[in-house]
Amino acid sequence: MPDLGLDVLLKGKNLARLLGGLGVAMRISMIAVVISIPLGIILGALMTWKNPVIKAILRVYLEVIRIMPQMVLLFLFYFGTTRAFGIDISGEMASIVVFTLWGTAEMSDLVRGALIAIPVHQYESAEALGFNRMQTYRYIIIPQTVRRLIPLSINLITRMIKTTSLILMIGVVEVLKVGQQIIEANRMVSPNAAFGIYLAIFMLYFFACWPISMLARYLENRWRV
Amino acid sequence: MKRIVTIILTAVLALALAACGSKSSDSSTTGTVYRTLDQIKEDGTINIGVFSDKNPFGYVDENGDYQGYDVYFAARLAKDLGVKVNYVSTEAANRIEYLQTGKVDVILANFTVTEERAEEVDFALPYMNVALGVVSPDANVIKSLDDWKAEDEMIVISGTTAETYLTANYPDIKLQKYDTYANAKNALENGNGVAWANDNTEVIAFALQNKGYTVGIPELGSKDTIAPAVSKGNTTLLEAINNEIKSLKDEKFFHKDYEATLLDTYGKDYEESLVVEGGEVK
Repeated sequence: MPDLGLDVLLKGKNLARLLGGLGVAMRISMIAVVISIPLGIILGALMTWKNPVIKAILRVYLEVIRIMPQMVLLFLFYFGTTRAFGIDISGEMASIVVFTLWGTAEMSDLVRGALIAIPVHQYESAEALGFNRMQTYRYIIIPQTVRRLIPLSINLITRMIKTTSLILMIGVVEVLKVGQQIIEANRMVSPNAAFGIYLAIFMLYFFACWPISMLARYLENRWRV
Repeated sequence: MKRIVTIILTAVLALALAACGSKSSDSSTTGTVYRTLDQIKEDGTINIGVFSDKNPFGYVDENGDYQGYDVYFAARLAKDLGVKVNYVSTEAANRIEYLQTGKVDVILANFTVTEERAEEVDFALPYMNVALGVVSPDANVIKSLDDWKAEDEMIVISGTTAETYLTANYPDIKLQKYDTYANAKNALENGNGVAWANDNTEVIAFALQNKGYTVGIPELGSKDTIAPAVSKGNTTLLEAINNEIKSLKDEKFFHKDYEATLLDTYGKDYEESLVVEGGEVK
């Protein structure tokens, strides 16, 4: 078996540091997910309304966030807020804000897509049965939308977890940065450590994202009509 | 429902305004962003930006502690100022931004002094010499940049002097830019580019440690120096660092630093040519 430099993982506190780095990545992405999913659902519902003002505002928000690379957004919020307003926010806070804004925008578009995919006769039937707007959403539209949304939002959540690898650019030491630090600290004694460390990081990301996929599959099966 | 909508809309609008505000604010800032020497002393902690993945200049050991030539000096500086030190992990591409926003007080991240950078930040006295170098695999050693093949690509790290120098002097050479040192190193090892241009200390160390690579061009461009940097206009802190560097001359501090951190990598041969003592370049 080729030398993968896996022994480096067991040196000192290296393994604990990698797990700590994963903890940072998961904490940031999960806080962002928890905030952006409900916000995204509300905004997505608003986007299907006929009010042109709301529609325009949300459209601009969505496009701005979607067009800008996450890296640019991170720099804007970390360094930009300090330059413009003198507010000094931590790298972790800036990451949470950017990931929440991004997650909300993406989620709202997924919700909008799922909502307009519901055939018009569903709304019309509800109206015919005397449901008001709230009731129509609560009992007819949302249950159908949620089912369509599960696979889409799982995709978004795992993307958010993996995109945390960018936050090292604003000084947040997450799992990838810890990995690079370990590789560099050992580049003399174990030059092959890169393989072992990247393999370990791959496994860590996998085990972070896999349970989420499993949960999605479980929910899809349970809610199958 | 109406109230919820109002609240959400207000929030979205506020965020949108905040985003627009920060975009259009590249112009001058009001007030000072940095902390003066007295403010740092009062706070009791100095924030120093260092590399965390650039062995042997700034890296993190297996216990999670910062180490290296830059860090050795950073620790001494903090000790002599009588404050605790908080190391901030920086990348080559965001060092200036950190100083301009005052998110660190000092950058000690192998920062090469250039005219362009001196307009953005204030450099203290130098503590090391550096030039550019180019390393390439033994199978195809690049000894000159003059007969560069059009299809070949050069690996550089974004925001380094190598990138600026090549862009200005060899615009025909295609550059492959990486954000981190570790990624650039992987790219060379995987053969993504034919050579890697970086500070010569870096490429010499790389060739010494990795069999099969040769430094075909050991000195490229002008000889530069590496110095600490502070936010533009932070004279009290700048003076304190300069005085510190001058006073450390008597005890040959940077030679000790070299022997503690760089000797294993470069050997005794490079000590005199790399170390700058007391801020005096020979």
